[in-house]
Amino acid sequence: MTEGSPAPVLRAFRRRDLRAMPGFKAMAWLCIIALYMPLAVLIIFSFNDNRSVVRWTEFSLDWYAKALANDGIRNAALVSVKIALFATVISTVVATMAALATTRTRGFRGQGLVYGIINQPLMIPEIVTAIATLSLFALIKRLTGVTGVGYLMMAHAAFCIPFAYMPIRARLETMTLTMEQAAADLYATPLKAFALITLPLLGPGIVSGAMLAFVVSLDDVIITLLVAGPGETTLPIYILGAIRRGITPEINAVSTILVAVSVLLVVLLFFVQRRMQR
Amino acid sequence: MSAPPQNPALAAAIASTTRRERTTRAALLAPALLIILTISVLPLGITLVYSFLTPGTYGGVTWEFSVNSYLQFLFDRDIFDDTLSFNPAYLSIYLRSIGLALGATLGALILGFPTAYFIATKPREQRNIWLFLVTLPFWTNLLIRTYAMLLIIRDEGIINTVLMQIGLLNAPLTILYTDTAVFIGLIYSYLPFMVLPLYASLEKLDFNLVEAGYDLYANRLRVLFHVIVPLAKPGIVAGCVLVFIPGLGAYITPELLGGGKKLMIGNMIAMQFGASRNWPFGSAAALILMTLVILVLLVYARAARRKEAVHD
Amino acid sequence: MKALIRLFGAASVLAFASSAAMAEGELNIYNWGNYTNLDMIKKFEEKHDVKVNLDGYDSNEAMLAKVKAGDTGYDIVVPGDYMIKVMIGEGLLEEVKPNEMENFKNVDSQWVDVWWDPGRNYSIPYQWGTTSFTVDTTVYDGDINTLALMFDPPEVLKGRINMLNDMNDVINAGLRYLGYGRCNGNQDELREVLDLLMAAKPHWRTMDYATIEKLTSGDVDLSQTWNGAAMRARAQRETLQYAYPKEGFTGWMDNVAVLKGAPNLENAKLFINFMMDPENAAMTSNFARYANGIKGSEEFMDEEMLSAREIVMPEDAPEPDFVTPCPQEVVDLYNKIWTRLKQ
Repeated sequence: MTEGSPAPVLRAFRRRDLRAMPGFKAMAWLCIIALYMPLAVLIIFSFNDNRSVVRWTEFSLDWYAKALANDGIRNAALVSVKIALFATVISTVVATMAALATTRTRGFRGQGLVYGIINQPLMIPEIVTAIATLSLFALIKRLTGVTGVGYLMMAHAAFCIPFAYMPIRARLETMTLTMEQAAADLYATPLKAFALITLPLLGPGIVSGAMLAFVVSLDDVIITLLVAGPGETTLPIYILGAIRRGITPEINAVSTILVAVSVLLVVLLFFVQRRMQR
Repeated sequence: MSAPPQNPALAAAIASTTRRERTTRAALLAPALLIILTISVLPLGITLVYSFLTPGTYGGVTWEFSVNSYLQFLFDRDIFDDTLSFNPAYLSIYLRSIGLALGATLGALILGFPTAYFIATKPREQRNIWLFLVTLPFWTNLLIRTYAMLLIIRDEGIINTVLMQIGLLNAPLTILYTDTAVFIGLIYSYLPFMVLPLYASLEKLDFNLVEAGYDLYANRLRVLFHVIVPLAKPGIVAGCVLVFIPGLGAYITPELLGGGKKLMIGNMIAMQFGASRNWPFGSAAALILMTLVILVLLVYARAARRKEAVHD
Repeated sequence: MKALIRLFGAASVLAFASSAAMAEGELNIYNWGNYTNLDMIKKFEEKHDVKVNLDGYDSNEAMLAKVKAGDTGYDIVVPGDYMIKVMIGEGLLEEVKPNEMENFKNVDSQWVDVWWDPGRNYSIPYQWGTTSFTVDTTVYDGDINTLALMFDPPEVLKGRINMLNDMNDVINAGLRYLGYGRCNGNQDELREVLDLLMAAKPHWRTMDYATIEKLTSGDVDLSQTWNGAAMRARAQRETLQYAYPKEGFTGWMDNVAVLKGAPNLENAKLFINFMMDPENAAMTSNFARYANGIKGSEEFMDEEMLSAREIVMPEDAPEPDFVTPCPQEVVDLYNKIWTRLKQ
């Protein structure tokens, strides 16, 4: 496998049609449509006048007013985002380091064990990790007297690591060493070579990993349910409680707001990035 | 896996820095291992201990050694004469869960690979937008999305309404509360876990090789399966693992879309820590599940290694 | 990279800020999700100048697992009847003596000497209700007050039934239909129950806690459910009627109690007393749609609650059956039946 040099424009043109696979475009669009249909339904029903999340009656913004006035929902959404951000940052940084260690150095003894340990949170159903983590944290709390949201954040960070690690490692494995070696040949320090060569090339892997970690943390129910302390109700926990007593479109409204905010954030990030590149 | 050094000078340079490399590696690995060892592996040890104890009244454990939890998985102990008889109940729950998770993984791969490939071959500026499009729905909560899914596949849902209006159907398809619904739901829930690693892998694909492939075979299907797929293998493996394993322990999707009439592994284990008040059995069932997962991974790793050896 | 570091910094500042917010005058309540009237909480906060943190759980067992591990930081929990007994037995509740508090005179005498907390040394009533089923009377217009509708349904209801996804509720209903006792360890009788459930299962469409959605969406026409949920469902589907089956049905009560080692014990006691005030109890009932067991709360309750069939039991209905916690051998047997049923 050799690293392709940046292709001249002409060759890229000639090649574009070779890259295309018949039916793949249709499949991609099918994927997107399938992914967005539930989202569309969710958003549409957040504007429904009815208490039901099922039957459409009339357009209304009532549920937004109610959701924004509902301290429980608002706090839960904020807690969710806060914990997810923290877990994402920790797990992505740590997973990137681990991925570099397992791909950018030569094979070593115990490599299999290291993979095993990193992916361990994936291999055991959440409920078991949750019960066991709960016992462990209770013990630590009793011994040290330290309480707070840190426990929940670390628990999230732990199960986010394998999700962040996988795409980063996959990216590193398909990247060859040529560029870094060239940099080393030009007397760049390893740190410099890393910052200027490896990290930018690794970018898409890190972004994928971070996004996965964020999503996984945002969706977690079971571990959070058991590990969370006072004032640490996340949105999924709130919703789970609501399901039993009957869900209302307030929850649709909050979800729509979350989607809108994340779209806004990412679009903003996109433009900032483009501006900086110029 | 690092590439072997390609020239003698470089090899010498690397040899001289072996010790530094080892230190760097340890430093890089330390934080991840530390977090996982304390927060995930240590509790696993606790689980292992639990699985050999006796259930306590109202949950918890009492410190009395017992292998009953493991026997209970396959056998029923008769209350009167203490004989054991084979009980396939738990085994069949495991088999059904494994089947559904495998199906969902395959489904996600069939949908996800073309999507990831399509995105990876888009001009650079457009890729991030596509990637964003794929992940955006996942910024809303899974519970809520599953609810929305339910609205779509319901008897009077969007799919049935549309199909009936264009005359393809004259009676609604019953999808909701069947295994099909769980299958669709699992694919939907974990699709980005497939697309993202695939994309990360495909985006780095060297299309010179694809071109070379065309020069030799000039057949898209062969190029796809003999050039692109092998090159994207790390991404495929990562994606499949990321879909299969959470799918195996899935809890919410089977509960909501399957109608709750059948137990899946995740629900069965969760039940042991709740209403069934049998923590040791729950722990044992979880460890059995984990062993299965590890076996699958080991078999895969061995097969992959053998294949590589053949190719060399 | 710089951006990452900045983000990390911001996140950790946030983390510490929120744990530092533990000031004086707090109360941490752990209640079932969407079961607490937030206006009532605001009223308590203003009256006693206390900041309330409210979190939710979704089952007695999840709450117990967490409390048993220790140091949850919560002051108030709202366990169901049998769970109160379990928690008192395990030494998890603080004996706060509500029966010596000022507002205890408001507690309906019927709810003072209860088997789960005789004399009320640990807990006070929060909400109480029944678990039966509700059925659409335009779909089925015969006599609804029999469990046969769930276990041997008429043609029109076949495949249109939702059962609760709850081991005890389903098995107890089966035991009542066959005329056997609850917490039953008799193997032959339980075998009969299993046969009954297995034969009925093909007629059930779902087994799910989300009964209101199942009913209002038209997925099913009959659902095993709680009386308050039945009332909420009826608000959207007027032809539903809540049944009081002649074979019997479950009664339950959720109770406010204080956890052992509660960090804000004094505020917790204030809250217990506050919850025995008729006006405050009525606020909860108006929100959650169940009765509360506090005398004098009726005058603060919504008009429709006072006449609703779900709340006011008909004269000829049997007494609700408050089921005690079963011994482990029985739970093991129930567990086997349940696993077989859902295999």
